[in-house]
Amino acid sequence: MTQRFHTIVTTVENKPGVLARVSGLFARRGYNIESLAVAPTNDDRFSRITFTVDLASDNLEQVVKQLNKLINVVEIHELDPARSIERELMLVVVTAALPLRHKLLRIVSRYGADVLDENYSEVMLMLSAKPSELDEFEESLSSYGIVKLQRTGRVAMHYLDQIELGQSETTSI
Amino acid sequence: MNINGGQALIKTLEHEGVEVVFGLPGGAILPVYDPIIESPIRHVLVRHEQGAGHMAEGYAQATGRPGVMMITSGPGATNAVTPLCDAYMDSIPVVCITGQVPYAAIGTDAFQECDTTGITMAVTKHNFLVNKAEDIPRIVHEAFHIATTGRPGPVLVDIPKDIVDPNNPLSSMTWYEPSDDIMDLPGYQPVGAGDLNLIREAARLINVSERPVVYIGGGIVKSLATEELAELVEFLNVPVVTTLMARGAFPDSHELCLGMPGMHGKYTAVMAMQRADLLIALGTRFDDRVTGRVDGFAPEAKIVHVDIDAAELHKVRVADVAIQGDCRLVIGELTAALRECVAESGAQPDRRAWRSQVSGWQERYPLTYKQSEPGELVKPQYVLEVLRDNTPDDTIVTSGVGQHQMWASQYWKFNHPRTWINSGGLGTMGFSIPAAIGAKVGKPDRMVWAVDGDGCFQMTAQELVTSTTEQIPIKVALFNNAYLGMVRQWQEMFYQERYSESYLTYDVPDYVKWAESMGCVGIRVETPEEVTPAIAKANEINDRSVVIEFRTVDDENVYPMVPAGRSNSEIVVDPSQR
Repeated sequence: MTQRFHTIVTTVENKPGVLARVSGLFARRGYNIESLAVAPTNDDRFSRITFTVDLASDNLEQVVKQLNKLINVVEIHELDPARSIERELMLVVVTAALPLRHKLLRIVSRYGADVLDENYSEVMLMLSAKPSELDEFEESLSSYGIVKLQRTGRVAMHYLDQIELGQSETTSI
Repeated sequence: MNINGGQALIKTLEHEGVEVVFGLPGGAILPVYDPIIESPIRHVLVRHEQGAGHMAEGYAQATGRPGVMMITSGPGATNAVTPLCDAYMDSIPVVCITGQVPYAAIGTDAFQECDTTGITMAVTKHNFLVNKAEDIPRIVHEAFHIATTGRPGPVLVDIPKDIVDPNNPLSSMTWYEPSDDIMDLPGYQPVGAGDLNLIREAARLINVSERPVVYIGGGIVKSLATEELAELVEFLNVPVVTTLMARGAFPDSHELCLGMPGMHGKYTAVMAMQRADLLIALGTRFDDRVTGRVDGFAPEAKIVHVDIDAAELHKVRVADVAIQGDCRLVIGELTAALRECVAESGAQPDRRAWRSQVSGWQERYPLTYKQSEPGELVKPQYVLEVLRDNTPDDTIVTSGVGQHQMWASQYWKFNHPRTWINSGGLGTMGFSIPAAIGAKVGKPDRMVWAVDGDGCFQMTAQELVTSTTEQIPIKVALFNNAYLGMVRQWQEMFYQERYSESYLTYDVPDYVKWAESMGCVGIRVETPEEVTPAIAKANEINDRSVVIEFRTVDDENVYPMVPAGRSNSEIVVDPSQR
């Protein structure tokens, strides 16, 4: 079975319109971007765009080649999920009346989440974790009543030893 | 030296070696038009921005140098979208300068504002929105670099009015010579030579093939690879098919040239690919008009594919050996590798049976048509044969899109690259006349014939006014069959002869009067006897454009034909050959 979700990390020029060029490539072909994260790198001439897309591998090859044709795209890597670290951040507001709050806080501490704000009826939590852990965390909170939830796009990097060994499974095209 | 942004733009164009700009001024681009008066650059004033774009394309295709168009914001820019897309599909180097509303007004729905870079993002190789006068020389230089290197294509530079307006202090800048050193394109590294190991692998594959076909595309013309190609073909002594974009890249007069493959290709070119055991695909992209139904295309063939664009490799058909690189360099290396291979193996495979099978098809299925009966209007194929035989060998032929385009490609003998200029990928009706004008500007000493249909003519004929006022005399062979001919043919063949909205009429407009009103000589031809004298007369007129309206029969079909969505093996030949 071909892998459906692919995480692609691109280094692009940090200029207006570049994100539109990149995302437009996917939109034109009818591919949905599941997750997207963009920010400048340590060199502010460049930004890194990490996106997760849902498409078959043969389509991926064509999309990566088309991405590489964009003048503003400097580098492209496809990350192997088994050999890389992926993180997302979640902010979530949960209903938790004071008498029930201690139960909620047990979940919070089990996941290592932080309490960012609270009042009489609600608590705002933050957790940065693997996307699958965020899914579980969300599931655990659902019985309390989720008022508002926001996840960031995924960011990802290869494990260090993969880079040091110089034999990572990245696709640099 | 302190100058304003508008002057800097014109100076940069001069610096890039631009000799002609095709354009039409308007509000936002006015400041750039002012310094044109002092510039040695010729400006050709068009009557519609689409015309400017196709002229730039025609110029680029005829000369190999980038074509330049300059137009205003809003509707000027949107009118240029078609030629930009056309240039993108056919990989034509074009630089398009558009005016834009002042920077501060962008996004306010200002008069004649549109999101030009947004609209043209998908139809250009790249585009720029300039926001500082001092960036103009660098960005324009980058635009030319991108347009002309790697896989060529159109590049648009959108310039807000304030940074070129001499009355605005923001437009003042210090002039500097743009050069490659100051380019800032960290993500753009076009490739050159191909991987030698892959080239050797390709040579080994070729050297065991008994039924190879060389399948060439527009990349041969763009990479100036015609000599290298001829050397390869002569060495291998195997047949060549020349796609619509490659007509003339290998001479039709050569006995190994099978002509155009594909939907309306010659029977032999189509069948040779279908029966081949190896396709040597050079600078070509397995377009659907060539392959027919992909899973039925060249079913026994292995594929060697050379293209400068990695995204073309394995896109339609997975190649056995895929080489990214410039065709000229790769073909040179490939021929060298083949010589080594053959030296090692002692001889090339015996391909006599293959060559005789191919020449058998050529004898059995030549192009054919039935001459008109007495009293019947003239046949378009006959006109093209007479025109071909009564024009110089290096005549440049441009074409619109439809039946006349296919007949022109089929019946002409193209023996030189850049003598056939047409809209291949986008299929833009109306391409012919402006492209011919652009080609004539680039090659003023050559005879330029625009082959056009009546539907196409009505889309861009106004540019004949440009040809008159700018003294760029072209010749137009207008095939009037009173129909959108190719639409009519499809309706006859696939829609049970239900001719929905494809009839145009023979008489309205009166093409002769229309031509005359635009300053051209207009001639009407209806019978076969009138064809030769009319062409002779047109060939003698060099001080103005000539339009010959050939009234042709209204029910002629283009054969052979592979019905859309079918395998090439289901090719339909002329009724007389069935």
